[in-house]
Amino acid sequence: MSLTSADFAAIWLTLKLASLTTAILLVVGTPIALWLSRSRSWLRGPIGAIVALPLVLPPTVIGFYLLLVMGPNGFLGQFTQWLGLGTLTFSFTGLVIGSVLYSMPFVVQPLQNAFSAIGTRPLEVAATLRANPWDTFFSVILPLARPGFITAAILGFAHTVGEFGVVLMIGGNIPDKTRVVSVQIYDHVEAMEYAQAHWLAGAMLVFSFLVLLALYSSRKTRAGWS
Amino acid sequence: MIDARLKLTYSGFGLDVDLHLPGRGVTALFGQSGSGKTTCLRCIAGLERAEQAFVQINDEVWQDSDKGIFVPPHKRALGYVFQEASLFPHLSVLANLQFGLKRIAKAQRRVDMAQATELLGIGHLLERHPQHLSGGERQRIGIARALLTSPKLLLMDEPLAALDSQRKSEILPYLQRLHDELDIPVLYVSHAQDEVARLADHLVLLSDGKALASGPIGETLARLDLPLAMGDDAGVIIEGLVSAYDADYQLLTLQLPDTLLSIRVTHAPMATGQALRCKVQARDISLTLEGNEFSSILNRLPVTVVSEQPADNAAHVLIRLDAGGTPLLARITRYSRDHLGVHPGQQLWAQIKAVAVLA
Repeated sequence: MSLTSADFAAIWLTLKLASLTTAILLVVGTPIALWLSRSRSWLRGPIGAIVALPLVLPPTVIGFYLLLVMGPNGFLGQFTQWLGLGTLTFSFTGLVIGSVLYSMPFVVQPLQNAFSAIGTRPLEVAATLRANPWDTFFSVILPLARPGFITAAILGFAHTVGEFGVVLMIGGNIPDKTRVVSVQIYDHVEAMEYAQAHWLAGAMLVFSFLVLLALYSSRKTRAGWS
Repeated sequence: MIDARLKLTYSGFGLDVDLHLPGRGVTALFGQSGSGKTTCLRCIAGLERAEQAFVQINDEVWQDSDKGIFVPPHKRALGYVFQEASLFPHLSVLANLQFGLKRIAKAQRRVDMAQATELLGIGHLLERHPQHLSGGERQRIGIARALLTSPKLLLMDEPLAALDSQRKSEILPYLQRLHDELDIPVLYVSHAQDEVARLADHLVLLSDGKALASGPIGETLARLDLPLAMGDDAGVIIEGLVSAYDADYQLLTLQLPDTLLSIRVTHAPMATGQALRCKVQARDISLTLEGNEFSSILNRLPVTVVSEQPADNAAHVLIRLDAGGTPLLARITRYSRDHLGVHPGQQLWAQIKAVAVLA
């Protein structure tokens, strides 16, 4: 006995969700991390805390509030209904939004650390060599922060794959739409299909281990800023 | 001309200077750490924004806070050399050098790659990575990289301070060539008097965020009213012309400017008429009333006493002398002063024990 087509569908959906979420987070998280690493504004503390909230909150709490906001009476729900899109709860789009919020700290924090580690000197050097701020971002910050981007992408992806509580609250359990691997395992166990649960759970275990292995063994001592 | 009026207050520190500096040659911003010299340089570069400032380099205004003008640093035609070379670690030496070069228009390029690499002796390092270079090599590349932007002003923030004395002496000749071969005005921040004495034409003395003095180096170093005179390094710069060379004894005769007086220094042969810069320390000059005695001291000049003032400690006094128009400083004991009856207007002889040849 091995994986069923429903299992494969769940795996495919999970990979799709995690890839899309990671891509969005790298685009959205970079300016946030850049701002958090450079700003001296008083807002730095509050924004940093908000970004870090998913680290400590039970996923069900995040899911609960998302459910309210995206539901028919929530402001986001009202807005999407006004656009003629219906509500985002129990949809793949809703899951992506939830995952982006849920995995945000896992992308923003490594990026923020990478940007802080670069310091201001290379940016000043670039400015005195006639590079404007955008130019500096692409020719200096991006290449110097590359290890941070790799870490952020791996952690963001892996953490989204491991999501359960938020999915259950806002996505439910709809095949091909919101039924990701973690929910599928839960279903198998509920239905006493322990053998099926084993296959998927084992695959997740191996996947997670390999991801972390790749992450930790790639952290060589990098040559310092000279 | 370089005009920089800068006013800036941090908690516990204020900068308030009004500098008018020559638009050519090397100007040293000299002072102890915390005197505001680096802040000055950063404000001129625009890396720091002084609240009240007016910065003009020849005919270009870079900042005028009254008119709300602030040109961002990347639009200022300046080169900046940081204390640590700060090469980009993700780029090869060549790519580091090209970083600034390719960001300026071809028409504005006055320094090319061949010239910069030759001037700083780095042609053999181009393929290397910054991690595999010595501190001195890195700094030379940092300087070349700044030069390749063909700056209208080169700002150097203690470029030698992070290097040991051997590396320092490895770089100094390159800095001198820069001075001699390129027509780019340089602002050079330093707290090392020997560097300043060697390189600078003009000296600004900073202390506690204020400019205590600003003037040609020879004049400024010889002033008794500045804290410079109190230091152990107190002394004067003499810029003389080579008038003869004694190959047997390897002694160069150097004529003091605008006089018939000359001093002799040990040096490699140089052609007659060439300029040479020396430093004569106040502690290396002794005074005698008689000029014709035999002594191992080679240089004995007739001088007139100009003035005196207390020196670094109570036992010493500092005497300013005039050697046919060239100022000299002598540090002698108070006892000797009274013994010889040294007083302004007096004619006596200055014996110079050692002359440090700087360039």
